[in-house]
Amino acid sequence: MKIELTVDGAAVSDDVEPRMLLVQYLREKLGKTGTVIGCDTSNCGACTVHLDGTSVKSCNVLAVQAGGRTVTTIEGLADTVEGDLHPVQESFRECHGLQCGFCTPGMIMQAVDLLKENPNPSEEEVRLGMEGNLCRCTGYHNIVKSVLHAAGGGAA
Amino acid sequence: MIPVKFDYLAPTSVEEALAALGEHGDEAKIMAGGQSLLPVLRMRLNAPEVVIDLGGIDSLRGIRDDGDAIVIGAMTTHHDVREHALVREHALLISKAVAEVADSQIRHRGTFGGALAHADPAGDLGAPALALGAQFVIAGPGGSRTVEADDFFVDLFETAIGEDEILTEVRIPKHTGWGAHYEKFVRVAHQWPIVAVAATVRGSIDEARVGLTNMGSTPLRARATEAALAGASATEDGVREASQLAAEGTNPPTDLNGASDYRKHLARVLTGRAVLKAAGA
Repeated sequence: MKIELTVDGAAVSDDVEPRMLLVQYLREKLGKTGTVIGCDTSNCGACTVHLDGTSVKSCNVLAVQAGGRTVTTIEGLADTVEGDLHPVQESFRECHGLQCGFCTPGMIMQAVDLLKENPNPSEEEVRLGMEGNLCRCTGYHNIVKSVLHAAGGGAA
Repeated sequence: MIPVKFDYLAPTSVEEALAALGEHGDEAKIMAGGQSLLPVLRMRLNAPEVVIDLGGIDSLRGIRDDGDAIVIGAMTTHHDVREHALVREHALLISKAVAEVADSQIRHRGTFGGALAHADPAGDLGAPALALGAQFVIAGPGGSRTVEADDFFVDLFETAIGEDEILTEVRIPKHTGWGAHYEKFVRVAHQWPIVAVAATVRGSIDEARVGLTNMGSTPLRARATEAALAGASATEDGVREASQLAAEGTNPPTDLNGASDYRKHLARVLTGRAVLKAAGA
């Protein structure tokens, strides 16, 4: 099935099987391996991307459902702002909001969405807003710190 | 994992969707937001030959005021239901429960009607819909019909929606000014509840409606509790006796998360908490 969409600012078109998941499409057809597959059960949130500006788990969306829409991945996030990195990426670096780093792309994409809806969250609101993203290193404290730091810096 | 191959149809009207369903029959599966269906397909627990995606039918999205009820289009996302002022004003219990569905990303895609039609007994929306006396508008080849909440939930993952029918909207009778709370018991964030209680009350307490999640193969009303709450005072002592009746007539499952007796205990405790919070106490 033919699809046309915008991914990280570029128009792309492809012929895909209906059963192809968006995350597979991003990784296998477009080579955007910055978006990772963590659990394959839609629990962990590592594959979070933005679909028309809203966070979704890309393992739980079909590529054909993204037809005609705009996808932003961790690889294109910095291009949406001035500077080398998105402020949320800067904050994760500044606060060391990662250990092994595998969950980080999803954490950052969800944090950007959270701060778009709630620019000044409390710590509890950050924890609740990030509940769909798991860190197997259990490095949550610094992740929450990073999101709060980004909020304080006027990110998102 | 990758789903088994299927054909994908994206109708743009309810009529087209019904026609597709009529043509493909039980080889077809309807997809709303896909947040329950896609995991099922990926794990290959189901392998329909045709997936009919309702995502392109704009008329199924939105929330409107219809006199004594608010009407929620079946394809309205959890996120949009949660944010909507009409829902907060007239069906606060729905706002409270929908905020507890899964997680932010899932709520962006998952839909109100899809979750209800899926009828997972651990789903968060059945109990509040039942407690508020929701009416389900179902379209079929012969036109539309309306099913009362008491008749909608039939069994595990089974509703009154026929194989050739589609849920189009849900009417929620207005409960303007009623307090509400959804008390959900989970061990792990963003999981299905082991037990949850949906409570909404008028005054403190003139009248109460209480729905139970995951206390049987369908959502249930705690009718004995409701009757005992009429005229009760909104204090721990005042609601204790009524809460003790919450598990009456239920037959909750035993699974890895808890035994049947444990669930009954939870239902009593959570009912007390939910009712008091709903009454603002």
